Amino acid sequence: MRLTTEEQAMAAGEMGSALQWAIDHQIKVGSFFDAEDMVPVSQAHMMADPESVGDAGVEFMESHYRPLGQTEEMATLERRFIAACESIGIMMTNTCINYQTIMPPVRGEHVAYGDTGVVIYSNSVCGARSNFEGGPSALAAGLTGRTPRYGLHLDEKRMATRRYRISDQPAELTEWGVLGAVIGRKAGSYWEVPVIDGIENAPTSDEIKHFGAAMASYGSTPLFHIVGITPEAPTLAAVDGQKLPVEVITDEDIAALRAGFPGHGDKLDVVVLAAPQLSIVEMQSVASLCMGHQMKTPLIVCTSPQVYGDATRMGFVETIESAGGTVLCGTCFYNQYAREIGEANGWVNLLSNSAKIVNILGGYGYRPALASMHDCISAAISGRMI
Amino acid sequence: MTRILRCHVGVGPSVTGTALVADDNFSARYDLDRINGIFSRPQHKLHGQSYVDVILVLNTAKGGVASAWMLHEMTTRKLAPKALVLNSANTILVQGAALANLSMVDRFEDGDITNLVKTGETVTVDPAVGEIRIS
Repeated sequence: MRLTTEEQAMAAGEMGSALQWAIDHQIKVGSFFDAEDMVPVSQAHMMADPESVGDAGVEFMESHYRPLGQTEEMATLERRFIAACESIGIMMTNTCINYQTIMPPVRGEHVAYGDTGVVIYSNSVCGARSNFEGGPSALAAGLTGRTPRYGLHLDEKRMATRRYRISDQPAELTEWGVLGAVIGRKAGSYWEVPVIDGIENAPTSDEIKHFGAAMASYGSTPLFHIVGITPEAPTLAAVDGQKLPVEVITDEDIAALRAGFPGHGDKLDVVVLAAPQLSIVEMQSVASLCMGHQMKTPLIVCTSPQVYGDATRMGFVETIESAGGTVLCGTCFYNQYAREIGEANGWVNLLSNSAKIVNILGGYGYRPALASMHDCISAAISGRMI
Repeated sequence: MTRILRCHVGVGPSVTGTALVADDNFSARYDLDRINGIFSRPQHKLHGQSYVDVILVLNTAKGGVASAWMLHEMTTRKLAPKALVLNSANTILVQGAALANLSMVDRFEDGDITNLVKTGETVTVDPAVGEIRIS
């Protein structure tokens, strides 16, 4: 049969095992009937009933919808949990960037949020009030409409306890993440509240997102203030920071943090852009860097359902996936059985621009390395660790 | 001779077990292989050791919110510590312990708990009273 470039790529397995099976199947059928080429279709309607499909058919389907290596048991567990949540009226937003996509809380608003990145952003950038609420407690708060008044719901717990000064300005997302990680590691406790001075210009929402997510990850830190930028710290004195000794963040601190996540030789198994999920602006950046290239190493990009819709409409998803990347919607890499995914695919050497995710994945059997988004995608294109 | 260390009132039942101590922090997601019941994070001071059925004595919590569900899940499968004894718990660990009915205490009057208890000692954790007894 006469195949287009895209169809040849499918046949070569460049677009995944499911499409490789599908085009191979169609070539066999088409060749049998002397078809000269493929005709584009606008819809497909598949008939399937348990009697006809049987165990074999179900297992066949399962073999083509778990490209990352999760088992059917894992998928079933998640389906049951989603159904249980929906049955009691939970809105399944499936996002860890609700402050960018759903409804950012306002200053002084008491909320009961899970996900540390959400909590630290909402407290620090929005001026809302939340403790880290784990799943059970967030559920309880959703049911009762209240939460115990402790921790960051109290004025006195929001005052600064540690004061940090920076001299070098972070320039892109990963540098912001590394700075947040260094401060989180130094603070080292849920009950410490860092105040930072020396930041000259207001960061973007994505930059401060990475900054906060990393700080929460390394320090279990739920709140920070940046003098002159975040709403509760127009001045150092507003958060009692003037009384605190100054701890300077040095180049050595930054280098030491980065040294914990080096590349391990040339070998690169997977590149992950996630944690937090990517905003529409980050998706645009990824698409721009992917444009006109083909990935030699798997590239996984995680975003929210809200961003995914826009990114599809604007062509970013198609650009990334045409380059061989995979866009996951409504999830994140590390909380979908990352250990089993690594084992199923033989992935050990992982590269990411997220200071948070490289901190997490060391315990999951990976050797994570850290680089900027630009360098991550360059590495995926070349197939070699930077 | 039994030593008694006073702490803040905690959560969970009174339990007795063998202490496993480290001057390090704790996250169920970041640090554990929860299938095999061992510390899996290479940088953790308890790397490779089993945390199952021990009185785990550590500094504080780290990382995110997942530990709240995970403590419950670990306890249900009986692959959990008997108790968590910390210098300072965060909200997540307490929420998880409360759901799992796992014993947890923190805030000791006599200083750094990771220096006051040694690995291998027999420890009774009494969260309702707010003390641990070392024999």
